[in-house]
Amino acid sequence: MPLKKPYLDIPGTTIFDADQARKGYWLNQFCMSLMKAENRTRFKANERAYLDEWPMTEAQKQAVLARDLNQAISLGGNIYFLAKLGATDGTSFQQMAASMTGMTEEQYREMMLRGGRSPDGNRELAEED
Amino acid sequence: MARITASVYTSHVPAIGAALDLGKTQEPYWRPVFAGYEASRRWFRDHRPDVVFLVYNDHASAFSLELVPTFAIGTGAEFHPADEGWGPRPVPKVVGHPELAAHIAQSVIQDEFDLTIANKMDVDHGLTVPLSLLCGQPREWPCRVIPFAVNVVLYPVASGKRCFELGKAIRRAVESYDQPLTVQIWGTGGMSHQLQGPRAGLINREWDNRFLDRLIEDPQGLSQVPHIEYVREAGSEGIELVMWLIARGAMADVAGGAKPNVAHRFYHVPASNTAVGHLVLEDQES
Repeated sequence: MPLKKPYLDIPGTTIFDADQARKGYWLNQFCMSLMKAENRTRFKANERAYLDEWPMTEAQKQAVLARDLNQAISLGGNIYFLAKLGATDGTSFQQMAASMTGMTEEQYREMMLRGGRSPDGNRELAEED
Repeated sequence: MARITASVYTSHVPAIGAALDLGKTQEPYWRPVFAGYEASRRWFRDHRPDVVFLVYNDHASAFSLELVPTFAIGTGAEFHPADEGWGPRPVPKVVGHPELAAHIAQSVIQDEFDLTIANKMDVDHGLTVPLSLLCGQPREWPCRVIPFAVNVVLYPVASGKRCFELGKAIRRAVESYDQPLTVQIWGTGGMSHQLQGPRAGLINREWDNRFLDRLIEDPQGLSQVPHIEYVREAGSEGIELVMWLIARGAMADVAGGAKPNVAHRFYHVPASNTAVGHLVLEDQES
């Protein structure tokens, strides 16, 4: 029986469930390896070579190289693991979040200062324009 | 006999820790956040417990995908701040209370909550930011801390109902410990926030404040709220709020005693991507 997923109708949101975790296992474990300073150094020296040490799909490697977080999440990445990539790059959590929304960092920061993204119109897919 | 004297609830936003560590607390962006905790810091100085039982979640720091425990209790003698990718936070190591932790584990497991026992576990911002908010920047943390890590990263996480029931079991465990210790239980994480995808930045001020109201007045009813409501209304990372129900379940009124006193309440938007919520509830007999 497939997993029951009542959360699939939430717009712009990927729930990190067992299916996503299975798909993204090595992508996330690669990110985890960046918790060690020596691995960060090796990754920065040659990203492609470091990625090729991991049994990730080519699409996952391309998403990492492009720092395309939405794509990485769709391929099984989880934001707390992907945050290690941001930390390696010196990118703040807010910059990472902004990059997934189609806004500039400045626009995103302004939205947060004005109270954040409203839940109105963002609860269910049917609600969206 | 040991007893629970109070519960504390707070967000544990990593950027708050960074603002403290980098000396930015007086910057206009951060000043209102830290001002909201001034009364709590004073309260904590006057009500310092022997032990804080600190409920938090690990953010892929101690636990990779190799091992994801739903509930893990720290029974070790000490726990070190984790390197989350930019070096460990410059905060003291956490000194545990192995005897009380082992007693709680034994009691709670026999009460049918199947905990994972963690003797070695680095602790990340989820645990250290709340300590910094309440204790400031001391050379040593002013009390023992038992880390209690809850999985809220890999779906499904424990239900609000399960967390609330676990809190009741933790209270029974503490009260059956034969040393005269005072214990506070802290629930951390939240409030509304979403860190991923095109919906990142979601904040739901109305829902958050209703959550605070109900946590005080109607925790039993609040514990019935299903996961899907947290995710839809408070964002994919807002699910962390189930951890607050563990702390609330350990208060006296849930076990038939008097209602707690609200010593402090605070709410602020934003801290980085997140709504900050904070409550201090004291048990009246203390």
